[in-house]
Amino acid sequence: MRRTGTLVSAIDLTVRYGATTALEAVDLHVSAGEIVTIVGPNGSGKSTLVGAILGGVPLSGGRIERAPGLRIGYVPQRLVLDPTLPMNVERFLSLPRRVTAARARDALERAGVPGIGKRQMSALSGGQFQRALLARAILEEPDLLILDEATAGLDQPGSAAFYRRIDEVRSETGCGVLMISHDLHVVMSTSDRVICLNGHVCCEGTPEVVANAPDYRRLFGDGTRGALALYRHHHDHSHTHDHGPGHGHGHHHGHDHGSPAPRDAAE
Amino acid sequence: MMLDDFMTRAALAGIGTALAAAPLGCFVVWRRMAYFGDATAHAAILGVALSLAFSLPVFAGAMAVALVMATIVSTISGRGYAMDTLLGVMAHSALAFGLVGVTFLSGVRIDLMAYLFGDILSVSRADLAVIWCGAALVIALIVWRWNALLTATLNEGLARAAGIDPWRERLVLTLALALVVAVAIKVVGVLLITALLIIPAATVRPLSATPERMGVLAALVAMASALAGLLASYRLDTPTGPTIVCVAALLFCLSSTLSGTRRPSM
Repeated sequence: MRRTGTLVSAIDLTVRYGATTALEAVDLHVSAGEIVTIVGPNGSGKSTLVGAILGGVPLSGGRIERAPGLRIGYVPQRLVLDPTLPMNVERFLSLPRRVTAARARDALERAGVPGIGKRQMSALSGGQFQRALLARAILEEPDLLILDEATAGLDQPGSAAFYRRIDEVRSETGCGVLMISHDLHVVMSTSDRVICLNGHVCCEGTPEVVANAPDYRRLFGDGTRGALALYRHHHDHSHTHDHGPGHGHGHHHGHDHGSPAPRDAAE
Repeated sequence: MMLDDFMTRAALAGIGTALAAAPLGCFVVWRRMAYFGDATAHAAILGVALSLAFSLPVFAGAMAVALVMATIVSTISGRGYAMDTLLGVMAHSALAFGLVGVTFLSGVRIDLMAYLFGDILSVSRADLAVIWCGAALVIALIVWRWNALLTATLNEGLARAAGIDPWRERLVLTLALALVVAVAIKVVGVLLITALLIIPAATVRPLSATPERMGVLAALVAMASALAGLLASYRLDTPTGPTIVCVAALLFCLSSTLSGTRRPSM
């Protein structure tokens, strides 16, 4: 069941909308079991890149390679439910493939929102809504989980909790995760690899490497220093203590990012 | 019962049309395609004019032109600019050109009102066969594609990730819409087809927790409206198509009023 190796690759990907170039010669690959995060300012082509990987964007150059039979679980940035469309959580989880009530319950539990199956999607809070989306994506038994700004509407603790769930799902299923995020702090603490995008790949590597890259600093300014500091703080903590009160883990986190020992940024 | 033979045929025509129109109407409502329905339906009058001019079956002509219009509109709607205006322009120009086109037909005396507002009482056995075949086809299409249509309606990325092509699903809806328009001309006429699509769906929205329930209830409400409208028009000697829509509208008011007092929000 578990896949290994590369799940999806974008090779020399170029996307143009008329005269505008949204993506230029982008290379990207995601392997099983790793969490790759794309960061970049607005209009940097992040959503275009995800769209291209899903197959909804016509390519002007390059190609997308998916592992044969790749199953993708997708959590969209925003799901606008038309108020005329009745949809309870249970029904939503069965889209597009029917799942049993037991599996639906299990998925909700794993997503951290047990017992909301009978509620209308429109009646959920922002955090519950995103977790229902996550539960549906898990039910696809994905090899690759794609999250497009999945925490856009959540506050800091909410999105931190959400990303912990993602991390757990990754550990449990061994799936690869590709996510887009604005939330630099959380990105830094949960990603194995960060890709900084601005029409092209500016820089790429472990969170540490990217946060110290001049290109990245130019894009995000000094605010990122704080994010990095928080990252280190959080990172250190996760090795010495449990994650926090009320957060009982039955397993160890794979917090080895394969990164070199933290080195201070050259001042 | 008072049902003479023509009344039986009218009732069967109404039921067939209602069964096909209401579930499709749910998608029209969910996807905010009401104007889309108008444009397609109004274009059908142009199809009627063309088929009379070339002595083709009215059903085929209306269906063909409706399909062309639906495809054009569907293609344009992908672009997404000033859609509201554009659809309004297309819906009403199609109607105007159709009406003007009909008057150019020399030597053909046609009852324009019958095509604009329907003439359910004159449904023949052949009409009935066409209506039920068309309705069966629409129902089969929607049942077959239901989950894919629903996923694509919810979010295109979600559909793509699951291997569903949203463009193809839109095509399915376009085709179903053209079929329903062709089927419903005889029953409610081109001007009121959109009403038959969206009013039953809107009526049962407050009573539905799932899309399936909404589809089934909408079909029931549409059938009830067709039958009650038929009987009412017989008793009151009113035009049948508009009477059917009036009944549907009254049911909508009833459901909105009742749900308004029960539910804080939709």
